[in-house]
Amino acid sequence: MREMISMVVVLTVLSAFSGGMLAAVRTGTQDKIENQVLKFQKAPAIKKILSNVSNDPLQDRFKLTDNDQEITFFVGKVDNKPQAVVLEGKGKGYGGDVGLMVGIDIETDAVIGVWVTTHSETPGLGSRAKDNPDFVSQFSGLGLDKVFAVKNDGGEIDAMSGATITSKAVCMAAKQVQELYLRLKPEIQKQTQQMAN
Amino acid sequence: MAQSMVKEFTKGLWAEIPPFRLVLGLCPVLAVTKSVENGIGMGIATTFVLVCSNFLVSLLRNIIPTKVRIACFIVIIATFVTVVELMMQAYTYPLFLKLGIFIPLIVVNCIVLGRAEAFAFKNAPHLAIADGLGMGIGFTLSLGALGAVRECLGSGTILGNAVFGPGFQPFTFMVEAPGAFVCLGLMLCLMNLIGKK
Repeated sequence: MREMISMVVVLTVLSAFSGGMLAAVRTGTQDKIENQVLKFQKAPAIKKILSNVSNDPLQDRFKLTDNDQEITFFVGKVDNKPQAVVLEGKGKGYGGDVGLMVGIDIETDAVIGVWVTTHSETPGLGSRAKDNPDFVSQFSGLGLDKVFAVKNDGGEIDAMSGATITSKAVCMAAKQVQELYLRLKPEIQKQTQQMAN
Repeated sequence: MAQSMVKEFTKGLWAEIPPFRLVLGLCPVLAVTKSVENGIGMGIATTFVLVCSNFLVSLLRNIIPTKVRIACFIVIIATFVTVVELMMQAYTYPLFLKLGIFIPLIVVNCIVLGRAEAFAFKNAPHLAIADGLGMGIGFTLSLGALGAVRECLGSGTILGNAVFGPGFQPFTFMVEAPGAFVCLGLMLCLMNLIGKK
């Protein structure tokens, strides 16, 4: 009995201590990580999607809140006029969340392009979503009235062979952005109009 | 005291150098040594975890009940691995992206758990630190050496600088998984040859 109690107590105290330590480290590094992610993950994806804009979308960004979640919108301008917004969605993949940047033309409500930012999918299979642009290029030009899902689920997208779950995760992320954009459209328009002036 | 610390430290550098003599923790050894930078980065991360977990395990060795020792080791190791992961995200983000999944996988690296179980749980903290540091540096050097051979032959560079003339044809086999096995085997062979004399 004594041994039993000591086992429980030691493990509990140890776990509590490690939990506290991790929370402290996480709080301490959060801002730094956010900056690094912006610089190394999001910036390249945004640049690839908004290849012919005249401004720096990383500077022209605004935040909106939806269901207590803060979403960052990056605005692409042509001739000083807001033309597109880019935002990130997430889908559940094989090895965790798959982050997807989606660029949307604010006049035609069509997807300009999408690009995978973060993922922990299997190298060589799921990772092709990021390494091989063929898959994500299927989204380019799709209107927001289309169904963002793989063909088996009644959508428009050909899944990657051997990486069905990753394909679905990318579609899920795109769908999340689609819903978010349509829901927040009035607010997005208000923000972009402010930027035009 | 100083003498025994030196002894524990130096054994990790040659007599029990982890990947070659103990042939432990081969997963990261084979997977991340495509370049010197990756190898050394991984080595340093592992060293940090090894030293911290060895120290803590040794400090708590009289408190931790034997029956739940493995669970306690894993909690301690996983905590430090997560700390390393967050730190790398905050300060060396590009390296973190390259090492990817192999950073969290340090948790299951046999060397770390092996040293906790075989050494730190039975020895005083100062010896455990010396052991962890020695093993970690030995591991880092091995990864660096393996990375140097593979990067040099496979991509024709060392730390990103070209070592051969422009006419060099990269021996790409070396940067792929089978090349890692062959290279590790040859280096083991070489070490045994030297060790015999």
